[in-house]
Amino acid sequence: MSLVETVNLCQRFDGRDVLKNINLKVERGEVFAVIGPTGAGKTTLLRLVNLLDLPASGIIYFDGIDTAQSARLRTELRRRMAFVFQKPMVFNMSVYDNIAAGLKWRGIEKSRIKERTNAILDMVGLSADKNRNARTLSGGEVQRVAIARAVVCEPELLLLDEPTANLDPGSAARIETLVTEIIRRRKTTIIMATHDMSHGQRLADRVGVLLNGEILQTGDWRELFSSPQNKEVADFVGVENIIDGKVVSNQDGIVAINAGGNIIEAVADYPVGEEVYVCVRPEDIIVARTKISSSARNSFVGEITRIVPFGALTRVEMDCGFPLVALVTKKSAEELELNKGKQVFVSFKATAIHIIKK
Amino acid sequence: MTEIWQGFVKAIELIVSFDPEVMEIAGRSLSISVTATLLAAVFCLPIGSIIHFNRFAGKRILINLIQTFYSIPTVVVGLFVFLLFSRAGPLGGLNLLFTPAVMVIGQMVLITPILLGLTISALSGVDKAIIDTARSLGASGFQITALILKEARFAVMAAVILAFGRAISEVGLALMVGGNIRGFTRVLTTAISLETSKGDIELSIALAIILIFIALIINFALNRIQQR
Repeated sequence: MSLVETVNLCQRFDGRDVLKNINLKVERGEVFAVIGPTGAGKTTLLRLVNLLDLPASGIIYFDGIDTAQSARLRTELRRRMAFVFQKPMVFNMSVYDNIAAGLKWRGIEKSRIKERTNAILDMVGLSADKNRNARTLSGGEVQRVAIARAVVCEPELLLLDEPTANLDPGSAARIETLVTEIIRRRKTTIIMATHDMSHGQRLADRVGVLLNGEILQTGDWRELFSSPQNKEVADFVGVENIIDGKVVSNQDGIVAINAGGNIIEAVADYPVGEEVYVCVRPEDIIVARTKISSSARNSFVGEITRIVPFGALTRVEMDCGFPLVALVTKKSAEELELNKGKQVFVSFKATAIHIIKK
Repeated sequence: MTEIWQGFVKAIELIVSFDPEVMEIAGRSLSISVTATLLAAVFCLPIGSIIHFNRFAGKRILINLIQTFYSIPTVVVGLFVFLLFSRAGPLGGLNLLFTPAVMVIGQMVLITPILLGLTISALSGVDKAIIDTARSLGASGFQITALILKEARFAVMAAVILAFGRAISEVGLALMVGGNIRGFTRVLTTAISLETSKGDIELSIALAIILIFIALIINFALNRIQQR
């Protein structure tokens, strides 16, 4: 049984649909990231899962229990989870009392509270500040108190809303290490919202892409990058080459697509006349100075429009009748003397292409 | 000018020698207003919380009404309480007119709007995110209320102190329902008003200094609270 399951979950504010038919399942022990741009509805979703708000329609099951039954039940279930807000607020009391608050509300024995709170203070590195008023802490420290306050309750489900969004790089790295440690040590089920792809990528097992209130795709990271289900997801995950085209032939499992006069061949099965997007990962494109003969089905002549150094790699932007971006090593770029305005020959395999229906 | 100066010197003498009449008047002022403030606080804080924490039709209007009565003239409250407790009034049978008890009641009526209104705004001053945080950490309805009162404790205290300041410094009500009876209902403000019109400047100045001193202490306390 999934720890969290939502069925056709909708939320509406002022007549506007903020979440539309969300169907999610999060298994025990899983780290699930909800990614999407600001305003996509990530916070709204987490608030619903935490039972802070009631949905406009739809059902939320926590550990198989229908949460709509009563407010008392929801308080009870809420005590089995914890939520770290995007902009956490601390209570106007000491750091220690802030962290102990959730345990106190759960009616846990005083000596146990002390033991657990002190252990967590140690883990987040705030032992020395435990008697300080939490209102005097810095942003990064407040975030650590908020995480400690949630984790100390030993929740079955931990909800994190943009845990590093408002922090300087140093504090963000520290929070990330902390979250990694929590994942490793406690095996807590986590749902986190983030707009930062790399951050989610480092921490999550599985992701859901939330755009304009809809979950457009769920899966692991590899799936998301290699086969985005539609253009919105492809755009959001940063698929670089998305080329407009139309299927002109379909033979023996190979389709030919007309992209602005050029024919691209791909291994796929779409009927002739279908409007599609052709996606090619920049890493899968071979750039050469002379025409090469290879097994690659697609070869084009292009002109370099821009060169952007990118660490050990170099991003080569070209115009082949359609814009194309390739990623080559810096060394290759130097040896081939790739410069703006140079003519190049590009090729990529028919199997390297992922096609999205328009 | 010398007259005022002499009055001032005499006044200081009256204070430092603990003149019985001065002390008696100051003591009565304090006891009446402290009693009125504490009694009013006992019912205004819970009622203010109830208004804040519940949603009902006309809530906004009620709060506006309460705020309008912040600056109700003391003589109007005096008139109202006078009519209520006068022989012919509905509570005339209690025979309370011109006693310290009715002055306490009058001051309670006077400061109720301030106490209620400032309690409500003190509670609304607590960020909604604090309430959400508490809920997400598993607090029950009762635990949340307790937390909010705790979070707003300084603002609530400030409201009580401000109400006390209004109670002790008003004169119209005390005069109308207390009657300024020497040794019985005479308080600082009514005594100052009477002694000045009688020409007894020294006593007036002495009482005024005490009143200002009390105001000073109130302000000092308020500042200390707000700095926390």
